[in-house]
Amino acid sequence: MAENILRMRRITKTFPGVKALQDVHLDVARGEVHAICGENGAGKSTLMKVLSGVYPHGTYDGDIEFEGTVAEFKDIRDSERDGIVIIHQELALSPFLSVAENIFLGNEREKRGFINWNDTNMEAAKLLRRVGLDLNPVVRAGDIGVGKQQLVEIAKALSKNVKLLILDEPTAALNDEDSTHLLGLVKGLRAEGITCIIISHKLNEIREIADSVTILRDGRTIETLSLHDGSVTEERIIKGMVGRDMESRYPERTPVIGEEVLRVEDWTVHHPQEHARVIVDSANLTVRAGEVVGIAGLMGAGRTELAMSIFGRSYGSRITGTLYKNGTPITARTVGEAIRHGIAYATEDRKRYGLNLIDDIKRNVSGAALGKLAKRGWVDSGREAVVAGDYRRSMNIKAPAVTAITGKLSGGNQQKVVLSKWMFSDPDVLILDEPTRGIDVGAKYEIYTIINRLAAEGKAVIVISSELPELLGICDRIYTLAEGRITAEVPIGQATPELLMQYMTKEKD
Amino acid sequence: MATTVKDPEVATTPPTVKEGFSFLTSRLRQIGIFVALLVIVTLFQVLTGGALLQPDNVSNIIVQNSYILLLAIGMVMIIVAGHIDLSVGSVAAFVGAMSGIMIQDWNFPWWVAFLASLIIGGLVGAWQGFWVAYVGIPAFIVTLAGMLVFRGLTQIVLENQRITGFPEEYRQLGGGFLFPGLFPAETNILDWTTVGLGVIAVALLVFNQLRGRATRARLKLEDEPKAWFFTKLAFIVAIILGVTYLLAGSRSGTPIVLVVLGILIVAYSTVMSNSVFGRHIYAVGGNLQAAQLSGINTKRIDFMLFVNMGVLAALAGLIFTGRLNSAGPGAGNLFELDAIAAAFIGGAAVTGGVGTVIGAITGGLIMGVLNNGMSLLGVGIDVQQFIKGMVLLLAVGFDVFNKRRASNALK
Repeated sequence: MAENILRMRRITKTFPGVKALQDVHLDVARGEVHAICGENGAGKSTLMKVLSGVYPHGTYDGDIEFEGTVAEFKDIRDSERDGIVIIHQELALSPFLSVAENIFLGNEREKRGFINWNDTNMEAAKLLRRVGLDLNPVVRAGDIGVGKQQLVEIAKALSKNVKLLILDEPTAALNDEDSTHLLGLVKGLRAEGITCIIISHKLNEIREIADSVTILRDGRTIETLSLHDGSVTEERIIKGMVGRDMESRYPERTPVIGEEVLRVEDWTVHHPQEHARVIVDSANLTVRAGEVVGIAGLMGAGRTELAMSIFGRSYGSRITGTLYKNGTPITARTVGEAIRHGIAYATEDRKRYGLNLIDDIKRNVSGAALGKLAKRGWVDSGREAVVAGDYRRSMNIKAPAVTAITGKLSGGNQQKVVLSKWMFSDPDVLILDEPTRGIDVGAKYEIYTIINRLAAEGKAVIVISSELPELLGICDRIYTLAEGRITAEVPIGQATPELLMQYMTKEKD
Repeated sequence: MATTVKDPEVATTPPTVKEGFSFLTSRLRQIGIFVALLVIVTLFQVLTGGALLQPDNVSNIIVQNSYILLLAIGMVMIIVAGHIDLSVGSVAAFVGAMSGIMIQDWNFPWWVAFLASLIIGGLVGAWQGFWVAYVGIPAFIVTLAGMLVFRGLTQIVLENQRITGFPEEYRQLGGGFLFPGLFPAETNILDWTTVGLGVIAVALLVFNQLRGRATRARLKLEDEPKAWFFTKLAFIVAIILGVTYLLAGSRSGTPIVLVVLGILIVAYSTVMSNSVFGRHIYAVGGNLQAAQLSGINTKRIDFMLFVNMGVLAALAGLIFTGRLNSAGPGAGNLFELDAIAAAFIGGAAVTGGVGTVIGAITGGLIMGVLNNGMSLLGVGIDVQQFIKGMVLLLAVGFDVFNKRRASNALK
C-alpha cells in the first residue's frame, strides 16, 4: 500500500469525568478516502478535533504524524497551514456574506489591507467550477441550499491548498441528489490526489466511496478494514460498531406494565423556519405505565425533534397529529400545558437547555414546579431547601450542599439535578433525551437505577439514546426512527443491535 | 443493616484554617460592594474635613439620589432578565410633564394626578414591554426608540415650556419631611420621629433575621456560621442607627422620599428573592431556553418587567418634579445612564441572571457619594464625569475578572 499521509498514535483525550478517546490509532494512506464509523459518542468527532487542532497539542496524549513529520497543532489555523481542513457537520458559512467572501474568509485576496474584489470573485468562480457548482460568487451564502453550501465549504477548503480533507457527516442534511453529487466530488478529489477522511453513518455510502474504514467504539479503535475487495458487508461494519460486551452494566428489573399513559398519533412536524421540510413524518407511538420505551435513531433522524414537539410544541412548526393521555385527547401547545398534563422532558443538552448553570442546586430542582412550593406567589424557600436536600440524598447528588452552583458539578451530577427537577414536577410521562450523554460509567449505572425506580413507581418512561446497548439494556420496547419516520417497533425479546441498526439506516423507499 | 449509608452532610470534615479563609474571601466578594461604599464614604469624609457626614448633607444625598435609586430598582430587575432600559429618563420626564398638565391645565386634585401618572407610567411600560416580549425586538432598540419618543412627547405636551407652581401636597413626595413640626429643631436635640422610625426598622430587621435563622435551624438546613451572621447583623444595625442619628440631627428629620424608598427596597428585595415572579426573573436571565423548557412563560415575565419599570419611572418623575417644583422639557436627562451604572456597579451581570436590589442601591449610593463628595471638594463637572466613568468601567471589569478566574478554576 502507498505510504501513510497520517499516523495517529495512542491518542487519549479526557474530559472532566469522561475518557472520550483512549489509545486510538489511525493510519490514513495518501490519496485514499478513509471512512470513520462508530455510534454517536464513540469519539469520532473528538478524534477529528484533536487532529485539526481544535483541541490543541498538550490537551491530549499521543502523537500525530502528518506527512512524515510530527505535528503539534496549536489551533485550527496551524493545521490548515499544513493542509488539513475540516468541514464540520454544522456548516460554518456566514449567511450574510457572499459566497466569494465566505470562500476567502480569513484568507482574503488583498493588497495592503484592501480587498481585490475582482480577483476574489474570479478565483471564487474558478473554485466553484472545480466543485461542479455553477453559481454566481456574489450571491449571499444564506440564499443557497444546504447542498450547495456544503460544496461551497469544499471550495473554501480547496482555496487553502488542502491535502487532507475531513468531512464530518457531509450528507446528513442533504437529499439524495445532492448526496450523489457530493460523493462524486469526493471521488474527483481523490483522483486529484487529495486524501479524504469521511465520517458517516450511511454505510452504503461508505461502501461506495471509501477505500478503507476505521471503526471506533467507546473511544477506542476497534479495527480498520479495507473495502477494496468488496468482502466487507454492511453487517460486518455494524458488528464492529455495536459488538461489545453487555454484562451487568444495567441493573436488573422486573417490569410491571400497566395501562397506556401516552399515545402519539399521526404526529407530523415541520422545520421551524423552512416550513416545507418534514422533520417528523406521521409518527405513531405509545407508552404504558411502568414501561420503559426506547427511541433509537441516528443523528438527524428527528429523535429530539419528535420529543420536543410533543413537549408543548417546543420544536417545529405546522405540527399535526393527536396526543392522548390516559385515552383522552389532550392539547399541549405550550410547555406549561404539557407539564400540567404530566409530561416531562429532560433535554439531551443539559447545559444549554436543562440547567441554569449560574444558579444553585435547589433553585434548579424547583425550577419546573416552583408553584408547588409557593403560596399566593410567595416561595417557601425553607421547604424548597428541604425538598432539594431530599433529592440530593435520594439521587445521590455529590455536592457539598444544595446551595452549590450547578455549573460546578460533574456531568453525572448535573444530570441528576435535571432528573430531580423533573421528578419534582411529578409527571406521568418522562421523556429522557440522551440521559447518559457525557457521563462516566459509574454514574450511568446510577441513572439507569433511577430510570428503573421511576418505572417501578408506575411512570411511563421514554428514553432516547444513541447507544444501542443502553436501549437494549434498559428498555421493554424500542422504536427505531430514520429520517423522521418510525421504521419499526421492536419488542425487547427480538431486539439485537444488528436488527435495530438495519431499521435505523433504512432509507426512504 | 450492618453498614450505614454515609450521609454527605455528616461526612464533611471540620473546617480547616484554609477553608475558613476561603469562606471569608468568597464572602468578601459578595460584600465587596458594601466595603467599597464604606471606603468611599470614609475617604470623602476625611477629604472634606467631615463635611460629607454633616446631618444636613446626609439628608441631601438621600433626597438628591432618591429618584436614581428608585430607577435602579427597576433597572436591576430588567438587567437580571437580560435586557436594558434606556428610556427611563425620558419616561420620567414625560410623566412629570403629564402630571403638571393634569394639575395646571385640567385642575385635577393632586392625588388623582398621582394615580393617573402611575397609570400612564404603566401604560408606557406596557407599550415597550409589548415590543420586547411579544414582537421580539431587542430591548436596547425598543427603549432607545422610547428614549427619543418620550423625550419628544414631553416637549410636545409641554410646548417646550416649563410648568411650575405645583401644589404643596404634590411637592411633599420629592421635597417633604415626615412631621417636621412635631419636634422642631429649635427645641429638640433630635427629631424623635426619625429616631422612632430607626428603632422600629432595627427591631423589624433583627426580628426577621433571627426568625429566618431559627426556621433554617428547625429545618436542619445549612446556614452561615454563627459568628458571621451576628457580625453582619450588628454591622447593618450600626449603619441604620448611624444614619438615623445623623438624620435625626438634621434640620428637618426624615425625608418622606426615604420612607417610600425604604419600603420599596424591602418590598422589591423580597419579591426578587422570595416570590415566584422574582425567581422566574433569575431563571429567565440565567438560561432563557432552560426557563422556557421548564414551562415558564418568559414573555409574560419580560412584559411585566417593563410595566413595572414604567411605574417606577413614573414615580421617579413625580419625585423629581416635586423636588424641583418644575416639570421641564429637559428633565430626567441621563437618568437612565445613572440607573444602569448603579445596577452594574452593584454587581449585576451584563449577561443577565445575576444582580440584587440591595446591590443596585449600594451602587447608586456609591455614585451619589462620589457626586456629592466631589462637589463639596469643588471638583469640576468634567473631572467628576471622568471619575464616574472610570469607576463604572473598573467595577464591571473587576466583576468580569473575578468570573473568569472562577471559571478557570473549574477547568
